[in-house]
Order: sequence, then C-alpha cells, then structure tokens
Amino acid sequence: MIFVTVGSMLPFDRLVVAMDAWAAASGTLKVFAQIGESSYCPSHMEWEKMLAPDRFQEMLRRSSIIVAHAGMGSIISSMEIGKPIVVLPRRVEYREVTTGHQVDTAAWLIGKPGVFVSEDESTLAMAIDEALRFSSVGNGRIASTAPTRFIERIHRFLNE
Amino acid sequence: MRGTGAGSAIGEGPEVTKRILAISSGGGHWVQLRRISPAFAGMQVTYVSVTREYAADVAGAEFFAVRDANRWSRWSFAVLAWQLLRVCWRVRPDIIVTTGAAPGLIALIIGKYLFRARTLWIDSIANCQRLSGSGRMALRLADVCLTQWPSIEKDGRPAYWGAVL
Repeated sequence: MIFVTVGSMLPFDRLVVAMDAWAAASGTLKVFAQIGESSYCPSHMEWEKMLAPDRFQEMLRRSSIIVAHAGMGSIISSMEIGKPIVVLPRRVEYREVTTGHQVDTAAWLIGKPGVFVSEDESTLAMAIDEALRFSSVGNGRIASTAPTRFIERIHRFLNE
Repeated sequence: MRGTGAGSAIGEGPEVTKRILAISSGGGHWVQLRRISPAFAGMQVTYVSVTREYAADVAGAEFFAVRDANRWSRWSFAVLAWQLLRVCWRVRPDIIVTTGAAPGLIALIIGKYLFRARTLWIDSIANCQRLSGSGRMALRLADVCLTQWPSIEKDGRPAYWGAVL
C-alpha cells in the first residue's frame, strides 16, 4: 500500500491529482490518500480528508512507501518509522504554500537515505519506483528523539 | 480548551521542580517538540498544542488543546490568547519552550510579560534559509531564540545549538 499525505494545514491538489492518475495507471498497488481540504475527489485511491494522529501512524506502518508534500511532520514521521518517502515540494507560484521553504527543504533532502525528491509531478512515477525498490532492500529508522548533544544543551538552559 | 492527564507531582525537598510549558502548533512543529522532550527530564511539563488527539503522544503528562490560529483571523487570535492566558494562569510556568508557530509566540509573550517566565524559541528545521516570520518576532522577545541551521546563526541571536535530525 502507498500512503499519500498532504499534511494538516493546506490542500495540495497537484499531488492528489498526480497520485490519482498514478494509481489508475498502476493497478497493482493500493493507494490511500489523506487529501486535506482538497477540491478534487480521487477516483482511483481510497481517501480521507484528515486523519487522527493514531490513524496517521497506522497508515505509516501499513504502507510500503509514503508520498507526501515536503512538510517536516510527514518527513520526520516517515524517518522515525523507517519508511521510504517520496516528497513533492509545494510551490509558492501555485499558491500551495505561503513561503518557499518546502523547495528549500527538498533541496537539502536530496541524497538522504530513504528520501526521494521529485521536483515536480512529471518525475513522480520515477521517484516512486526508486522508493519501492529501496523498500524491498530494507532500511533503518532514525532515532525517535533529537541528538543527545542538542537535548543536553536545551536541558542545561532549562536548569539554569 | 480542556486539560487531560495528571500532572506529575512536584518533588519534595529543598529544590522546587521547574514547571515547563511546552507548546507548539500541529504537524511538523509538534513532531519536533516531541523529539526534544527528553530535555524536560526531571521537570514538570505541561504540553499545549492545537488538537486534543496529540495528548496520546505524551500520555501521563498534562495536556491542553488550544485553537489553531493563523495570521488571517483577529478573532482566532483573541480566542487563542485568552485560552493561553488561562493555561498559564493554571500552570504558572517557569519556562516557556516552543517550536512555533503562532500559539508558541503568543504563549511566549504571555509567559514573559505576565508570568516572568524564561523563554526558549526553537525555529522549525524547515526554515533553512532564514528564520520563520514568527521566529523573527521571537528573536526580539525570547531569552533564547534558536535556529536549527548553523548558517542562520548570527552572534547568538539566533543561536545554533543543534537540530532535531
């Protein structure tokens, strides 16, 4: 199963439309999408607008890969659970987001193990293929907490 | 606004346990707040975020849900400020820690000016070119304002202490 998520804040129709088309063409893998306040109704994927946190985690667990906007919530959650993630950054020029930070995020994620960046929807299918191949090899999950040095530094400040 | 869970007991003895108000918006902000939560060890923490369903992530700690206001609604801001005032009144935090965004900024202002709390702002790791809008406001107000990108650090304001990843 492929889990698609647009995050908890804004709709992202460009991703939802692209994944609906991918699901129609694929036929083999089931796709479940969290579509937010989208004005588009997918016809080849199961979908819901919003997921409670525990259902979101369940979808992460059940999926082979995640396809998401370049939001840190989606990305970190996928890394913590050790699932490959394909990210399509939201763009200001399409009014999908208010600042360009997702494009910046996607730029520094390129090359990170388990993360597959698709600059736009035309390369989405290729990134999905890569992620699916990565998934079958097996991969590690990151620690569920921040690096110790950072935590210790914060702890010292709190204790002052 | 409702609270859930039991707060941990204040330790007895000569040292009073510090009271932390740990607050964030949803999504990535909340995920990042949770990743730094081991820093609260030995302290009494109250978590605040924008959906009550996050309470399960911090089971056992006190949790309050507040409104998720954005910059476009003055009424939402007023309600949020009122909710945060009530939370702070109840918790009497020594320190406000926030990973942003708007709820964290408002809590920081309320905590600093009305409760004389120390304040720590941790800008999201998503902002790798410059501080977020609310982070730039926090820069002028917080005792410590952190960026998670060393290239953004500037003479300690903002400071770089590390990152959640």
